[in-house]
Amino acid sequence: MAGYNEAFRDIPGTTVFDATQSRLGYHLNQFCMSLMKAENRAAFKADERAYLETFPMTPEQRQAVLDRDYNRMIALGGNIYFLAKIGATDGFSFQNLASKMTGMPEDEYKAMMVAGGRPIRGNRSKSDKDS
Amino acid sequence: MATIVGAITTSHIPSIGKAIARNLQQDPYWKPFFDGYPRAQEWLKEVRPDVVVAFYNDHGLNYFLDALPTFGVGAAPEYRNADEGWGIPTLAPILGHQDLSWHVIEGLVDADFDVTTCQQMLVDHAVSLPFALLWPDAEAWPVRLVPITINTLQYPFPSPARCLGLGQAVGRAIESFDEDLRVVVFGTGGLSHQLDGTRAGHINKPFDLMCMEKLVDDPQALARYSALDLVREAGAQGFELVNWIAARGALTGAVSQVHSNYHIPISNTAAGLMVLENRPAAMARAA
Repeated sequence: MAGYNEAFRDIPGTTVFDATQSRLGYHLNQFCMSLMKAENRAAFKADERAYLETFPMTPEQRQAVLDRDYNRMIALGGNIYFLAKIGATDGFSFQNLASKMTGMPEDEYKAMMVAGGRPIRGNRSKSDKDS
Repeated sequence: MATIVGAITTSHIPSIGKAIARNLQQDPYWKPFFDGYPRAQEWLKEVRPDVVVAFYNDHGLNYFLDALPTFGVGAAPEYRNADEGWGIPTLAPILGHQDLSWHVIEGLVDADFDVTTCQQMLVDHAVSLPFALLWPDAEAWPVRLVPITINTLQYPFPSPARCLGLGQAVGRAIESFDEDLRVVVFGTGGLSHQLDGTRAGHINKPFDLMCMEKLVDDPQALARYSALDLVREAGAQGFELVNWIAARGALTGAVSQVHSNYHIPISNTAAGLMVLENRPAAMARAA
């Protein structure tokens, strides 16, 4: 199997967490999981670089964490359920993370959600933009 | 014999926990969501369940990528909630019903669902928030718990049809349990939402409303979807609908809707709630 992302490529703006992503992101996600403990959150906040060095992640993954570049973290194997723990450690709401990933100012993103969410038309699939 | 009195399906968005902690139930943003729950709370008082069998997806509290079961069943004496890093207050432990857990596990493996058995298990917000929403004033939980997890974290995901079958097998197992227990089934998660990538914020109200309608009388219609269909229509995390499908599968009698609520948005998600009553086939025959 070529990976689920091949099968899902018709869905815009979406990376599914398949075997390829899971293998790539194992240690990145393990770092995120460590943030479930208050003492680890404190250690990470005290010295982010030093804390990240304790996990066998790639330099690109460490940089993406330091940059809080969530789309890059996803591309490098991060799973959103785990990545969200970074945002929570920073004291941000999930909507703040979502606004970062979508490149929208947070108030604009929140207003879109209150107005009913991202419209389905044109966002359901790439091949059928009119549905 | 054990009787399945019905099911409750509800969203489990983490920010609900913060709203409860801050008493925001009457806040204009939250009110349309929280106003859905009193009817479900009343119904639980009417049907007086002894046990909740809950279908949900763990988000990385009990499982990690080192060992991730497609289907897992708890058989623990009690289930603790723990810090997931979200800043949500943790809930009091919920007692298990080990005899029923093992009976369900045996029934599932007999039916070729080769589940993972968990004699120690933490339950995350997908269990704790529905409990907090449905028994807001409980000093002690009035029910015991049998938790059942469905993998919606790492592909391959089980198909919606397989999840419906899982629920049906759980329903048959519960009904063959030789103790007079009243059981309510939970299915938590959903409805449409996508948390990740540039498509975050995806919501599909017509699809959600169709799913809520079909869930009552025609769950087979929902079981026909593939994972790809659900991600396209309901968003990457909208796949959590399978927990609702499994819960509905466990209702083997005549099913009717008692209550429903639907509200957009809570955080990034379309929030749904349904209360379904199950009239077991044996009772219907006797009537």
